[in-house]
Amino acid sequence: MSEFIQYTLQGLAAGGFYALSALGLAVIFGVLGVVNFSHGACYMLGAVLSAVLLAELNVGFWAALVIVPILMFGFGVLMERLLVRWLLELDPLYNFLLTFGLTLVIVEAVKQRYGVSGLPYQVPAGLGGQVTVGSVNLSVYAIFACLFSVVVCVAVGLLLTKTRIGMIVRAATESPDRTRALGINVGLWVTPVFGFGIALAGLAGVLAAPTRAITAEMGSNFIIILFAVVVIGGLGSILGAVVAGFLVGLVEAYGIAYAPTYAQIVIFVLMAIVVLVRPSGLFGREEVA
Amino acid sequence: MSDDTTDTAGTTTTEQASLSGAGSTAGAEPGPSRMLEVAGLSAWYGEARVLTDVSIDVAPGEVVTLVGRNGAGKTTLLRSVMGLHRQTEGTITLDGTDLAKRSADARARAGIGWVPDDRGIYASLTVAENLLLPPVVHADAWPLERVYEFFPVLHERRDFPGTKLSGGEQQMLAMARVLRMGSRLLLLDEPSEGLAPVIVQRIGEIIREIKGQGVGVLLVEQNVTFARAVADRHYLLAQGKVVEHLGNDDFKAREGELLTYLGM
Repeated sequence: MSEFIQYTLQGLAAGGFYALSALGLAVIFGVLGVVNFSHGACYMLGAVLSAVLLAELNVGFWAALVIVPILMFGFGVLMERLLVRWLLELDPLYNFLLTFGLTLVIVEAVKQRYGVSGLPYQVPAGLGGQVTVGSVNLSVYAIFACLFSVVVCVAVGLLLTKTRIGMIVRAATESPDRTRALGINVGLWVTPVFGFGIALAGLAGVLAAPTRAITAEMGSNFIIILFAVVVIGGLGSILGAVVAGFLVGLVEAYGIAYAPTYAQIVIFVLMAIVVLVRPSGLFGREEVA
Repeated sequence: MSDDTTDTAGTTTTEQASLSGAGSTAGAEPGPSRMLEVAGLSAWYGEARVLTDVSIDVAPGEVVTLVGRNGAGKTTLLRSVMGLHRQTEGTITLDGTDLAKRSADARARAGIGWVPDDRGIYASLTVAENLLLPPVVHADAWPLERVYEFFPVLHERRDFPGTKLSGGEQQMLAMARVLRMGSRLLLLDEPSEGLAPVIVQRIGEIIREIKGQGVGVLLVEQNVTFARAVADRHYLLAQGKVVEHLGNDDFKAREGELLTYLGM
């Protein structure tokens, strides 16, 4: 039983990384119609930046938690203004290919500069070690990562549901054309939304840094799982992305614990089942003819 | 569907000759000061031409319908006016201003209100949010209190997700939304489609109410009974062309003939 609770916590912590990143992916897809393949690379950049800030500028975890998302927001803004924007009018496949290419460039650039062996990063002071609850030992950092992700997801949820900006983003997510026809300059929101989505991936990277091997390739597997997350949650559904993020984290953790041989497959079996039963995902809206 | 094509195949040519013959605009006086003017508009989807040299106009306080079969190009015409369909040639002016370079959102802010055939209600927005989403673009915009007074059901359901309303209520919401915005020209795409007669009647009342305020209405309609009950003038569209332009009296007088011609 105590092991089960530990796996659950690990799963929820990993789920937090998925939820945050998938949230960014969902918002970008919703407003721009772009499937951002480079989302995994941006998650990796978030982790690498944390490690570099610490090693070269002695900037610690707490500061990185603020600085890295801001830097990644700027990176996202540049990416949108310089590249993504020019392909928005074309078939969405073009931007998918663009961000795929960008992923290769980012990953190779990081390899060139920092090698392939992985960057060191310790669990920040005060979040190390374990706490004992009853008879169960729990990792303090996993608890923190999990709670932090939930808080950010709730904050983003409030931003989306309680503010006018959120209302416009929700409307544009549902139908950019219709929202334009109601007098809203959707284009004005495209750049900040893209930057925001990338910042969320970067934030997930910072959170993952103390618990993962920080390598240029750490985003490659991540992005594939992230795609499974958004398919399970329902493409374009923001709540779905968050719920499915945590769900996939849990399923993956149980898979690793109880069926290590099949750990990589379980998520995709889950995805297949969800798609068979509900083709538009858990929270996706059925297409109306 | 297939039977009316074969059924009228032999007679279409003769009818078309008489319908598009001289004096086809008899009885249809253009409005005194035109609000919307579409001149020589053609539109394409890729290689396929869906509108050919269409010219129509709408004056303030006037209800004008576009009548025609499915695929005649009615919705494309509305989408082109709104700026959502860009593959066009010809000119579209609103109050004398050329809209060619204006995006859909700029056109909406200039006073064009779009009520799409699927009502376009947001599922992820509440009824109240659906109403408050568009910016207010004109001094004559309905304040929220007036909207709620006129549509009590929207007030009752203001915190419901927009798509939890019935079809008729969603149609009311879609119309209320552009009135709250203060649109001066409404583009209504089949507002009566799929609704119970009593609701259709209510929509007719709403159209007459807004007409009284000097709002122009361009109405796509397949329900000929509804069209003649609310409209001042009618344009008949077939295969992307305006084949007839009629005042409401002529329209009524020739209703049977037109119905056959339209295959409705």
